[in-house]
Amino acid sequence: MSIFGIIRIALKSLTRNKTRTFLTMLGIIIGVAAVITMLAIGQGAKKIVEDQVNSMGTNVIMVTVNFMQSSSNVRQAAGGGTLLEVEDVEAIRDNVDGVLYASTVYNTWGQLKFEGSNWRTGIMGVDADYFFIRDMKTSQGELFHASEVEMGAKVCVIGKTVADNLFGDVDPVDKIIRIRNIPFTVKGVLEAKGQNVMGMDQDDTVIAPYTTVYTRLLGQRWRNMMVLVSAKSKEAIQVVQQDILDLLQSRHRGTTSEVFSVRTQTELADTANSVSNTLTILLASIAGISLLVGGIGIMNIMLVSVTERIKEIGIRMAVGAGKRDVLLQFIIEAVAISIIGGILGIFLGFAAAKIVGDIMKWSVAVTPWSVVLSVGFSMAIGIFFGWYPASKAANLNLIDALRYE
Amino acid sequence: MANQDKTRLLSTEHLIKTYTMGDIQVHALRGIDLNINTGEFIAIMGASGSGKTTFMNLLGCLDKPTSGSYILDGIAVHQMSETELSQIRNQKIGYVFQSFYLLPRTTALENVELPLLYCKKCSLHERHEKARHALSIVGIADRAKHFPNQLSGGQQQRVAIARAIVNDPVFILADEPTGNLDTRTSIEVMAVFQELHRQGKTIVLVTHENDIAQYSDRLITFRDGKIISDRVNPSPRIATDDLMNLPSLDEED
Repeated sequence: MSIFGIIRIALKSLTRNKTRTFLTMLGIIIGVAAVITMLAIGQGAKKIVEDQVNSMGTNVIMVTVNFMQSSSNVRQAAGGGTLLEVEDVEAIRDNVDGVLYASTVYNTWGQLKFEGSNWRTGIMGVDADYFFIRDMKTSQGELFHASEVEMGAKVCVIGKTVADNLFGDVDPVDKIIRIRNIPFTVKGVLEAKGQNVMGMDQDDTVIAPYTTVYTRLLGQRWRNMMVLVSAKSKEAIQVVQQDILDLLQSRHRGTTSEVFSVRTQTELADTANSVSNTLTILLASIAGISLLVGGIGIMNIMLVSVTERIKEIGIRMAVGAGKRDVLLQFIIEAVAISIIGGILGIFLGFAAAKIVGDIMKWSVAVTPWSVVLSVGFSMAIGIFFGWYPASKAANLNLIDALRYE
Repeated sequence: MANQDKTRLLSTEHLIKTYTMGDIQVHALRGIDLNINTGEFIAIMGASGSGKTTFMNLLGCLDKPTSGSYILDGIAVHQMSETELSQIRNQKIGYVFQSFYLLPRTTALENVELPLLYCKKCSLHERHEKARHALSIVGIADRAKHFPNQLSGGQQQRVAIARAIVNDPVFILADEPTGNLDTRTSIEVMAVFQELHRQGKTIVLVTHENDIAQYSDRLITFRDGKIISDRVNPSPRIATDDLMNLPSLDEED
């Protein structure tokens, strides 16, 4: 008998007991939906990390000083160890081949005031190069220039969140705000960048020339800086990274390579990716277990079904069904349950992924391979767990089966 | 009428079946030699334990003999593999069982189609045609869409007979076909068999009821695994006549 005929018989048998078929399917539906949702969430997390890393700019290298561990195992405060200096930045910019831009970055906090409004936010002191490294543009007004940095001009650009909270409907450009009571002229408002991986608002920031920040805001209290460098090309990154490290070591006598941390964008991305990959694997394997349990459910029901239908099998064999026909019928029943369950699971998984994405405001992405994987997996489960009950059915003794009560 | 066509349909030679139950050997059949010609209507009789059911299983290719030969329609069936036997069952033999053995939750028509599903030749359309035709032969074409639990015992047995004849087998094997039916329905079913016989079908009927056996042309009696008598029934009863003479009961469903 043809395979299509057997498929017809198998499907017909399944529709004869719809409730049970559906309940058996449910295990697979939930399993597949769980796998797809989990993979989608993992994929979404990965995408966010990638976007985040890309939003840092292109071919970016970050140079910082590691806090040194003293013999007493106490972390020394700034000033106690080696610190990067503005001269280091200039040296990097001038002496290392392949460096396109380099900028000092100071970070501090402060209270902002404009007329009656108050806002507390992070303040960055940077060189004009910083805007090129981070690929920043203004939506209103303009950026400050290298000459203003040199002069230590009291100017700044503000993020969108700051603009909204401090100014409301007023146009902030050329207004004077007070940062820790020191007046700064707002030159422009930055284009919105949104949240970063940690959920931090990247638009909640004020950027001013590092010279001004250093002299007016930091004083002598906190001088630890970060250097942001951008390399000419992706290929150059590794060489530049090493050259910077060598340069810094030669400039700061008595330091080891551990003192400075020179990290690239890709390294950051790799770390973040390995974390999100581990997370994805963890989530998917938990979901995979539920798929396995669903498969065992199929085997269980198929075994019950074989026992319940011994007489039917006997009748079919008496009117001419061969072993192969019976074997195929039961395997196809199991496979049909798992495939249909798998397809329904995909839809459920899509819906669940969308809901999760909406709630968490993530761009949750269902990948085609996760669909292929789960359908393939559920089909394999059908064959694997359908085989044993099916062979049990096919190997029934005809006369015993007919006489079975 | 049956005697006009005297071709040999099947023959068994020294057919032996022995079951081993633990240490004990049970001799179910102790050497059966039997010839059946096309067009015969045979009743096989015997008490339980006489070996008639075992013989029926062998005749119907549901089981294999321990030794001896069985030639059906020119084919040496006793040498065949299980797969080949399933083909023989499908093509050559039609079965009617005591408890009907219809598939539940499956319409009468689909039940009749069942043997056709397992032969390669039939198209979907052909299957429906043949099944409808078989149902009309047994006189319940109007119940094609009913499920077995919506049919009376007699109707269910008619569906089973339709299933037996749908593939146009060389003979019909009926195992106690009236065992679960009341007298009137039994005779109705026998009328169906006699009508099929009149149309030239070979029928082998296994029964322990003498009344029922009397509708056949040839009576074979089994005892202790052997044939103890094989005689022609000089005056078979006519089921349709008996039906008319039956005191009219209240009409059942």
